[in-house]
Amino acid sequence: MKGKIKYKRPDSASHLRFDWVTIALYAALVVFGWVNIYAACYSEGHKFVLDLASQHGRQLIWIGLATLVAFITLYTEPRIFSNTAYIIYAFFLGLLLVTLVVARAVNGGNSWIDLGPFKLQPSEFAKFATALALAKYAGSLDVKINSVKGRLITFAIILVPAALVLLQHDTGSTLVFAAFVLPLFREGLTKYVLIFAGVAVVLFVLALVLNKYIVMGIVLAACLAYLFLWLNRRSRRSYINTAAVFLLSCLFVFSVDFVFNKVLEPHQRERIDVLLGKTQDFKGVGYNVHQSKIAIGSGGFFGKGFLKGTITKADFVPEQETDFIFCTVGEEGGFLGSATLVILYVALLLRLVKLAERQRSTFARFYGYSVVGILFIHFFINIGMVLGLVPVIGIPLPFFSYGGSSLLAFTLLLFVFIKQDTYRAQLL
Amino acid sequence: MVDKYSDRARVIKVIFIAVGVIFVARLAMLQIFSDKYRAMAERQSLRNITIYPARGLVYDRHGELLVYNDVVYDLMVVPRSVHDLDTAYFCRSIGISREEFEMYMNRARGYSPYVASPFMKQITKEDYARWQNLLYKFDGFYVQNRTLRVYPKPIAAHVLGYVGEVDEAEMEKNPAYQMGDYVGKSGIEKTYDSLLCGKKGRRVVKVDVHSREIGPYENGAHDTVPVAGEKLYSTIDAGLQEYAERLMANKRGCVVALEPSTGEILALVSAPSYDPNLLVGRVRGTNYLELLHDISKPLYNRALQGQYPPGSIFKVAQAMIALDLGVINPNSGFVCDKSLVGCHNHPSARSVQEAIKMSCNPYFYQVYRRVIQQGKYKNIYKDSQYGLTVWRSYMLRMGFGRALDIDLPNVKSGRIPDTAYYNRWYGKDHWAFSTIYSNSIGQGEVEVVPLQMANLAAIVANRGYYYIPHVVRFYGDDSTRIEKYYERQETGIEPEFFDIAAKGMYDVVHGAGGTGHRADVPGIAVCGKTGTAENYGNDHSVFISFAPMEDPKIALAVYVENAQGGGGTWAAPISGLIIEKYLKGEVQRKDVEKMYEEINPCQKLPLTKRVKKPKKTRRR
Repeated sequence: MKGKIKYKRPDSASHLRFDWVTIALYAALVVFGWVNIYAACYSEGHKFVLDLASQHGRQLIWIGLATLVAFITLYTEPRIFSNTAYIIYAFFLGLLLVTLVVARAVNGGNSWIDLGPFKLQPSEFAKFATALALAKYAGSLDVKINSVKGRLITFAIILVPAALVLLQHDTGSTLVFAAFVLPLFREGLTKYVLIFAGVAVVLFVLALVLNKYIVMGIVLAACLAYLFLWLNRRSRRSYINTAAVFLLSCLFVFSVDFVFNKVLEPHQRERIDVLLGKTQDFKGVGYNVHQSKIAIGSGGFFGKGFLKGTITKADFVPEQETDFIFCTVGEEGGFLGSATLVILYVALLLRLVKLAERQRSTFARFYGYSVVGILFIHFFINIGMVLGLVPVIGIPLPFFSYGGSSLLAFTLLLFVFIKQDTYRAQLL
Repeated sequence: MVDKYSDRARVIKVIFIAVGVIFVARLAMLQIFSDKYRAMAERQSLRNITIYPARGLVYDRHGELLVYNDVVYDLMVVPRSVHDLDTAYFCRSIGISREEFEMYMNRARGYSPYVASPFMKQITKEDYARWQNLLYKFDGFYVQNRTLRVYPKPIAAHVLGYVGEVDEAEMEKNPAYQMGDYVGKSGIEKTYDSLLCGKKGRRVVKVDVHSREIGPYENGAHDTVPVAGEKLYSTIDAGLQEYAERLMANKRGCVVALEPSTGEILALVSAPSYDPNLLVGRVRGTNYLELLHDISKPLYNRALQGQYPPGSIFKVAQAMIALDLGVINPNSGFVCDKSLVGCHNHPSARSVQEAIKMSCNPYFYQVYRRVIQQGKYKNIYKDSQYGLTVWRSYMLRMGFGRALDIDLPNVKSGRIPDTAYYNRWYGKDHWAFSTIYSNSIGQGEVEVVPLQMANLAAIVANRGYYYIPHVVRFYGDDSTRIEKYYERQETGIEPEFFDIAAKGMYDVVHGAGGTGHRADVPGIAVCGKTGTAENYGNDHSVFISFAPMEDPKIALAVYVENAQGGGGTWAAPISGLIIEKYLKGEVQRKDVEKMYEEINPCQKLPLTKRVKKPKKTRRR
């Protein structure tokens, strides 16, 4: 045994085993992000980078704090997180409850706790806590996550914070909890969940755009094609399954109207209508996306140059330092800048998948995929929304958007995983 | 430690890469393969500010300023940018009521909540000064300056015209006009719009979402400086114009006075007139409607658009044609045979000069018959057609029957009937002199505009030629002339015949039994001719004149509508006063002046019924 398995003490040059690629991508995004926040809120009166009256100045402080959090995380005993996962989870659930009670309305949602000089958004941290708790549960030796009981508990862990966030009217952050489908999928959740989700989205859109009976016709045609063109051998079971799928689809198509009109709130309905091109209100609900497309589209290939944006500089795009920060990149950095950003994100995601795959413990892998899922859903919704591909859902671009809570929470989320990764060699 | 689901990492990676590819493709679509957004961005983030040039100034013939510009302000609003507005304080500050505020605001919102539109237009300097320093408190509001016309003297409204916002039709005709431009709508403002309007300047600035300027675009590389409009030096004599307007102030009618040697119009009055300052600024809309619906039609330029039967003054022209054709000679005499056409009591005229002085109707009946039926054809119908054609060509040369090319818009042509006109009425070969003899004394089918009558006076004054009447002498800093107004227009009639006419017209004023002795001005040889134009309602009192007889300085036509009495009663004395004013500079006959200033002989409007008068009766 001796000499074959080398234990490396955490205190001896452990930083050499940090995944520097991830850290570099993280740093690049944070710096790139800050530069754009500076550009987004640049004005003659606030040129000084450390001007605390402006957002870029305050963001600099947040970045400092985030760096501190990163360092502390990297030099903490990694088992602390797995050992205290449930406690952290419970703590943030409590904080969400407190928020519900004491928070004051900000941005249409009651998602902030006012702590005097700054405000805290517990929902940002709730994702981290949920990731920890889920990973802890999935990694427990006596748990079979793919059993019925396992599923129920898993979903409960996800849905409780999600419900609390929803109660704060923060639909965007609630949707982020769907990110946990990713680690679950990786751990064995049926592949049909992805297919169903995809089909559901397609049917939802079709049902809104086309006549219901035409959609049903399409579904029927697809089912028949599957049965008679795709399948070589048709068993009774395949007939029954296909018929079930067809009936369910029809049921779904006919429930779309109800969901759309009764469940969704008016502004959500409008945003979907705008995305589908059913309404073209460039001056009302469609304003944000229209302006953001103008800002990005006018950037051209090389962009207008740093601080030279005319649309973003002139406040045409609302929320441009937070949720619509990508517009500034698009306008001033052009295709070059914005494509680079997209590539940076995809690179980070792929890198994290790679890291997650090399974890030996279920806890670390599950946690890693949770991180990947959360980052991905933010990336997908935020940039998709700005590009007019996804309805407007107000969630920040991780590491990039202005905002202390989100930066700290994402940093914590990421660096806990980076720390876990350094211990992958340890047998548990 | 490989678990059975490890292949799913590949699926996940593929999804991520696919999303990345979709995003990059979408970016390429927006940024590289579409110019649409760049254009949209320019449209909304850059503002082309038109800098309106000062419109050209207008001077009178002595260099007195008739029109200049004043600065006013449009209060603009971007409704969406208005927030935290203390409405009560705002209303109190700029002096409007709450209801007005709501009205203006709704109008602006209706235009667009995002784009600036005028909240209140044309605020005077004084009003603006009162709350200028408070404006910074009201987010979403800013002011834009414009210039407005100012008329130091409230005269010559019909000559100067007015300006207004360009309308669709005008923009279609002239693509240089843009929405919101002010263009001349009438008068010289319209005819000389291209000179007066100057060249608009442009400033391209970057604006933010609240429509606030945030700096010049590319350091002003696209900016141009406005060029002020050209100065116009009009032919109007402000003093004479003012005086003539004073005399006509309470009457209906018109005065056209011109300088025979140049065709320059000294005064052009259409009464009732209005103060041109009424059609400027915020009050314009209401005032315009009021003027438009006024029963006495103050907006209507009678001097150019009023088509009246010329009445007896036409006889001067008839005599010239007949003399030039040789169908009569200067000493032709005709008996005053009232069976042909009615007349007043006077001895028979023994010469053209006497006939003009006495305005003998039967005399000119005979004269006109010789003109129309010259005996070229045996068939009287053919003969009449020939005669009418010859007669008409003379009339056209004297400026009748066609629109004189004056530099004012909407001038009417009057009517000198041609053969086609009568053929249409009566049928070919169904009319002859006996059908159309009323023309001989300026009734019947002939119609003239007062400008043409003044021009006739100028022709007689010049003894046979004229210059096209005009109201602008030259323009610009280098005093550019308008060439067509310096071309002598010949009538082709011998000058000695006009000498006879001049003498006859002299007798009208000065001779015993002359019908226009009230036009007499002590010490000045005034020549004139009275006319009484039959009409709906009372006859119009008409007088054309020029003075002095030798080397005439002024020629004029005066119309007084529906006046009780003939040409000699009202139009003649008014002409005399105007001549005195122009030639002497001051009117000494204050009592006369006062009398004609105060009396209003015009029949009250509305004219409800036609005043029945036997045709072809007394005429002077």
